[in-house]
Amino acid sequence: MNILDPQGPVGAAEKTILIDSIGIMLAIVLPTVVAILAFAYWFRASNTRAQYWPDWEYSGRIELVVWSIPALTVILLGGVAWIGAHQLDARAPIPGSGEPLTIQAVSIEWKWLFIYPEQKLATINTLTVPAGVPLHFELTSSSVMNAFFIPQFGGMVYTMNGMVSRLNLRADNPGTFKGLSSQFSGDGFPDMNFDVHVVPSEQFPKWVQAASNTDKSLDQHEYEQIAKPSINHQQTIYRLADPDLFFFTATQKIPPSPGSQAGAIGVAPPAEAADAR
Amino acid sequence: MLGKLNWSSIPFNQPLPMIASAVVALAILAILGWVVVKGHLPYLWREWITSVDHKRIGVMYILLAMVMLLRGFSDAIMMRMQQSVAFHGGGFLPPEHYDQIFSAHGTIMIFFVAMPFMIGLMNLVVPLQLGVRDVAFPTLNSVGFWLTATGALLVNISLVIGEFARNGWLPYPPLSELAYSPGVGVDYYLWSLEISGVGTLVAGINLVTTVLKIRTKGMNYLRMPMFCWTTLATNLLIVAAFPILTATLAMLLLDRYFGFHFFTNEAGGNMMMFVNLIWAWGHPEVYILVLPAFGIFSEVVSTFSGKPLFGYRSMVLATMAICIISFMVWLHHFFTMGAGPDVNAIFGIASMIIAVPTGVKIYNWLFTMYGARIRFATPMLWSIGFMVTFIIGGLTGVLVAVPPADFVLHNSLFLVAHFHNVIIGGVLFGAFAGYTYWFPKAFGFKLHEGLGHAAFWCWLVGFYVAFMPLYALGLLGMTRRLQHYDIPEWRPWLIVAAAGAVLILSGIVLQIAQLAVSIRRREQLRDETGDPWDGRSLEWATASPPPAFNFAVLPVVFGEDAYWRLKKLAADRSWSDQEPEYRAIEIPRNSPTGFVCAFFATMMGFALIWHIWWLVVAGAIGAFATFVVFAWRDEDEETIPAEEVARIDRINRAQRRTMLSGGTAG
Repeated sequence: MNILDPQGPVGAAEKTILIDSIGIMLAIVLPTVVAILAFAYWFRASNTRAQYWPDWEYSGRIELVVWSIPALTVILLGGVAWIGAHQLDARAPIPGSGEPLTIQAVSIEWKWLFIYPEQKLATINTLTVPAGVPLHFELTSSSVMNAFFIPQFGGMVYTMNGMVSRLNLRADNPGTFKGLSSQFSGDGFPDMNFDVHVVPSEQFPKWVQAASNTDKSLDQHEYEQIAKPSINHQQTIYRLADPDLFFFTATQKIPPSPGSQAGAIGVAPPAEAADAR
Repeated sequence: MLGKLNWSSIPFNQPLPMIASAVVALAILAILGWVVVKGHLPYLWREWITSVDHKRIGVMYILLAMVMLLRGFSDAIMMRMQQSVAFHGGGFLPPEHYDQIFSAHGTIMIFFVAMPFMIGLMNLVVPLQLGVRDVAFPTLNSVGFWLTATGALLVNISLVIGEFARNGWLPYPPLSELAYSPGVGVDYYLWSLEISGVGTLVAGINLVTTVLKIRTKGMNYLRMPMFCWTTLATNLLIVAAFPILTATLAMLLLDRYFGFHFFTNEAGGNMMMFVNLIWAWGHPEVYILVLPAFGIFSEVVSTFSGKPLFGYRSMVLATMAICIISFMVWLHHFFTMGAGPDVNAIFGIASMIIAVPTGVKIYNWLFTMYGARIRFATPMLWSIGFMVTFIIGGLTGVLVAVPPADFVLHNSLFLVAHFHNVIIGGVLFGAFAGYTYWFPKAFGFKLHEGLGHAAFWCWLVGFYVAFMPLYALGLLGMTRRLQHYDIPEWRPWLIVAAAGAVLILSGIVLQIAQLAVSIRRREQLRDETGDPWDGRSLEWATASPPPAFNFAVLPVVFGEDAYWRLKKLAADRSWSDQEPEYRAIEIPRNSPTGFVCAFFATMMGFALIWHIWWLVVAGAIGAFATFVVFAWRDEDEETIPAEEVARIDRINRAQRRTMLSGGTAG
């Protein structure tokens, strides 16, 4: 989970910017902190060797310097921010070996559904991707807002019902990593985690083939079952029977899924709720 | 008859809130009983509850903030304990309870601790610093306070009757919509903030008018103490920003009560509209909290350095720059919504630009200390603690303003550490500095210094122990609001953070002890002069506590640091013994309008939450009737005769003469 141990180019670039920005600011902040403590110590009332200038309240030169130092720092950091925001735009495609792999992710209360439209596969709470291949994520939500985040790959983006957001990532090293939702979404939120298995790119077709042998298939009916709130949903692999599932969710042809009523106090009786509509 | 309210609305099955609220209810009953038995009730009613004196109202605001700080901190320490034990398991708080706790913690700390603390200090001090007898709208001021108290009361009622919101201190839709939060929690949140928001808005209008229109002779804008400037900036922000909050929450209420679709998933609602609107208020809110703290530090650093504030005009410019730029940065709270790089970069850079005037302020305090004779009284300790801590918070703040860095840090514990770093290190330290600094002005005796120092060190060390681990956890990928987790690397840091919370608890205990000990030893700690710190601005030119009319004769101001000049003049020429000509003074009459209005507002808010429609109507009529009665009153002022003014002022003059001939003014 350590974002200082990135596993792909996006995460690595974001880490670099993070470290560089801290470095630039420390160059100003450290001397300032030292000066605060030093001035406070030296000019203590009991220090008879310190001079006392009871009326000193202005110096044009110092004013110029104190406005310039933060301004120059911000100009430098502003450049970092401008270039970084453009280079690491979540929607910009990134290079890699081979054709980009499209993965559609749907946040559901409280689990993640991943759809591989080209491979005709779908998984819950588990994601398998080839190393070195650009990953193109299309994200939406079945109901409430969440954020899709694999810390070591870099970059998070919100998932919202009725909208599609995009995120491009790449994983360079095989291994198993953690993904999560980083936008609070209700009682089951702490369990909205998923495993990310990065396999060497030549092994990915084999995984697809093995996964396709599953006897479970995901169509609209099955989706509506999944879309009901549940906590700690088990990892599952489906054949994708309905290729338009993501599109229908994102465009609300499949209506937003219902929320959990568990534990709520003061819920209006059904009759009154109907009146309110 | 009772709407949605019935016996199942009370969470008897949850022991923690039940026990906690039983203890609080017993404590309140005990205090009330003591007040009634001792016969203090008429005094309380006459001198405090119905008071329209800005000093009394200020004190009540601060008292409310301190009581609510205890509630907010109880929530905080429960969260820290929960996260330190909830590895691989549930801990002691189930999710539906834990989610209420973090929502209540944020809501209470921002709206019912930080805001009333700052508004209280401004109320107490600003008219004194401006050298005037009252604020612009005294009764409105009282209404504002009592409506804030109504909001706080409703939040606490939710502990016993029903539930509180479970979706964070800002209720992002669609989670906060009826479909996903069918309970009354969100309604408690919304109505509390609608009602207290009106209170805050009228407090803002009152203080803006006071600073702009009511200043003593010679008190030009550029002679006002720094705290008055930051008060002006803060309240301009309140007046501009709070209507956005009220309107946004009203839209969510329309969604929930009448099936509108502002922010729903269906029928063209847009959740990001809520997120944009709430942060259009929310970012200025950050500066509404921290600007008064900047003002307090300016006063404190200058007083205890024995020097004028360095670069006063530059500070004024920086304050007003922050006031304006703070409206142009709100999008940095959601870089991760998927906007384009131009939008993100522009808002990122705008956010960094705010760091420039803020940095200037830090350097100006630094150079105020240069060539000083610093006395390390408790307020000065809080100020130096602030300067060091706030710089770290500023650094991490600028860091998350860099969009690519925010892409990995957003919503993480790094972010939580950052905003606690600036809100505790900035706002709360400022509030405590102001509290110890102006306490003798309000009550006529100082707070115990030794316990004050001890409380400061516990808070400072506790803060670092509690929040530095959260920075590390954010870098380890831990996101906020987790009721439990499975990552072993996180656990040690969370245990350290919980230990930090315990240290902060000891700081709070020491502060309570400080208050208790100081009240018991008030005779030893008494300050007869009205100027215990060798102050520089006009609040120190009158007695402590100041008489109802503040100044027997309004002071005339000839420059910055008005009282300092006066003292120097007196020391140079030997104190003039000539007594001024006293005149009768008119002061506003006390009025129960605020209290009665808030009583009906509480009734109405509670009824709206539970859909008890007849009670809503009754509350609305009551509140309106109170207003009409107030508007038709015949006498709104009472007169203090000249002899009485003279009698009160002579006592203070004698003390002050002794002090000045002692030569403490140097």
